[in-house]
Amino acid sequence: MNADLPLPVSRTSAELDTSGGGSCGSCALNNVANLEKLGLHSGRHDFVVALAGNPNTGKSTVFNALTGLRQHVGNWPGTTVSRAEGAYRHQGHAYQVVDLPGTYSLLSTSNDEDTARDFLLFGDPDVTVVVVDATRLERNLNLVLQILQITDRVVVALNLMDEAQRHGITVDARHLARELGVPVAPMSARRGHGIPELLDSVAQVARGGTAPRARVRQRLAPAVERAVDALAEQLVAEFPGLANSRWVALRLLEGDVSTERAVRDGTLGDVGRQHASRRDLVTAGQATS
Amino acid sequence: MSATGVLENASRLRAELPPDFTDGVVASLFDDADRIARRTVTADSRRARPALDQVLDRALTHRVWGFVVMGALFFGVFWFTIAGAAVPSDLLYRLLVDSGHSWLRGLFVDTGAPGWLTGLLVDGVYLGTAWVVAVMLPPMAIFFPLFTLLEDFGYLPRVAFNLDRVFARSGAHGKQSLTMMMGYGCNAAGVTATRIIDSPRERLIAIITNNFSICNGRWPTLILMGTIFIGSLVPPALAGLVAAGSVVVVAVLGIITTLVVSWGLSRTVLRGETSVYSLELPPYRPPQVWRTIYTSLIDRTFKVLRRALVMAAPAGAVIWLLSNVNVGGASLAAHLVGGLAPVGWLLGLNGIILLAYVVAIPANEIVIPTIMMLTMTLGSVQFGVQGGVMVNLPDAQAGTVLVQAGGWTLLTAVNLMLFSMLHNPCSTTVLTIWKETRSLRWTATATLLPLALAFAVTGVIAAVARLAGWA
Repeated sequence: MNADLPLPVSRTSAELDTSGGGSCGSCALNNVANLEKLGLHSGRHDFVVALAGNPNTGKSTVFNALTGLRQHVGNWPGTTVSRAEGAYRHQGHAYQVVDLPGTYSLLSTSNDEDTARDFLLFGDPDVTVVVVDATRLERNLNLVLQILQITDRVVVALNLMDEAQRHGITVDARHLARELGVPVAPMSARRGHGIPELLDSVAQVARGGTAPRARVRQRLAPAVERAVDALAEQLVAEFPGLANSRWVALRLLEGDVSTERAVRDGTLGDVGRQHASRRDLVTAGQATS
Repeated sequence: MSATGVLENASRLRAELPPDFTDGVVASLFDDADRIARRTVTADSRRARPALDQVLDRALTHRVWGFVVMGALFFGVFWFTIAGAAVPSDLLYRLLVDSGHSWLRGLFVDTGAPGWLTGLLVDGVYLGTAWVVAVMLPPMAIFFPLFTLLEDFGYLPRVAFNLDRVFARSGAHGKQSLTMMMGYGCNAAGVTATRIIDSPRERLIAIITNNFSICNGRWPTLILMGTIFIGSLVPPALAGLVAAGSVVVVAVLGIITTLVVSWGLSRTVLRGETSVYSLELPPYRPPQVWRTIYTSLIDRTFKVLRRALVMAAPAGAVIWLLSNVNVGGASLAAHLVGGLAPVGWLLGLNGIILLAYVVAIPANEIVIPTIMMLTMTLGSVQFGVQGGVMVNLPDAQAGTVLVQAGGWTLLTAVNLMLFSMLHNPCSTTVLTIWKETRSLRWTATATLLPLALAFAVTGVIAAVARLAGWA
């Protein structure tokens, strides 16, 4: 077992075999044997996986590949407006998958984007898979960075690698993983390439195998920094266990209405308790293994 | 309470910060993203964006050519649907309605089933569902895969892009063009899709006008009317083209209605600013043809067909009961049709069509089958045409029956097409509107406004046509 090695799965697009055939074909077959698509399965599950990402990056395609469901996939932003749920079993663990509407940002205003943000923040998924478009990495990274401020249990699914290749774009996935401090799985979900690697990364993060590294911390103006620190401290005192206190503090400073509501109605307190209990679990798990 | 303490502290700290500090927060995020992207991505500038994509976009989103291509593509889709569906529709008709019905009827009679049971199950339930399958399955099996291929290719967002300017000028949100596109599949889905619109004002406009996107259930009505009434006006060689053209014209009228109603609403009850938004044009992707055909058959065609069947079976029974339960010497249907006839005449329609629209409130799919069944059962009584309880006939002869037994004219067909495009949404959509708005007032508006519009437009057309001596 190399669960303690936080080695992100990463390959450059040149290495990613999109033509089918070759060694990858057989390895995919081996790994696919580990994947049992459970469809709408509503029974017990060990982990909750959220699928987030910009609109039209293929979240629903990944969702369908994992769960065997046939959520409608359309080549346009806004195909998914409410969240869809499904399940799969991988290496003996049952995962519940939640497909979220596409969103450009977590600083959102519209109804469908709120669905995505509220689930990431208050639904407290065990793993958040951010599906990004390899051909439009920069804009997609804005969302990845914002999600990383909420949670560090993230896997980046670098999707549409085949399209990137066609357009002459090469993405150094290994370097990206180092920069972000989370696993990066290059894939082309439409063709089913890279799904086994994604499953492995998700499993690692779910079981706490990937220790998050020091990641990019947003640089703020000194005055803002001081205000965030002060408010975050108060938040942690108020809601013990809250993991993303700095993010919440920043939202409150901006006067974000739904975050203020979460403070008022106690949702944030529940989130804090969930975070605390997960930390205990992971620590216990690491002690026994 | 301490939670309020947090909020008070937040607003106190906020007051100390410069008012535009959030800009800095966003900017620093963008800087990080830019830095990371620059270090990880290497783009081969020669192939940065395929020339084909650019050429396509220049043509498809052109100020003038964009609209020409749009019209041509939709026309092509409908023509293909109408031309391709004719033969299989006929075949299904002969199989399910002609042979299937008499075989089943014979079976029931041989086993000595009582007359009312045979009537209810065979002449009502079976015939209603067989009709729906024969009329709907072939066009839907062609139309949905074609439409999904366009969607998969990435064309629909270009349509939205083209229409964006027009929508903005009518005071609506540009994204409304996307929800309108969704409405072409199903209005209930279109109404749910309006969640992508941020401003409540513009979202309401999108919800109310989604009805004017012709949904699955209404395409068959238009296609059939176009085929048997409009197409027959010209020589057979051109019939298919003209029929498809008439369907496209009604669809375009639907878009114009959407714009006019949006404009009216945004000038009166839903006044406000138009939001600015950005729409990402996805890349063109080579459609996965076989996969698309398979999934659109399973997901759309059969789903729609199942819904139609679920609705058609009880509707068939209701129609049979209405036509066979006699009160005071005439059937219930005859009473109802007679009562609705004056209104129908005013609208250039007839009592049967209006009764069919009442029966079809749960699903527009059953309008045509209901009209045909009622016309054939009541026709002999009301219009003195010889015939049994149910006459079975293929598509091509349906027109003859409507003309001879129903007294239909070109005005009836044209007004039916317009009524179909304008009238109130089906009950599923009304329920969805209620769920999305949680407002009785707006649900009622979204239901009754289209109905009023349908009455007004068909009424005016009927009056004008009669005054001018066309009908």
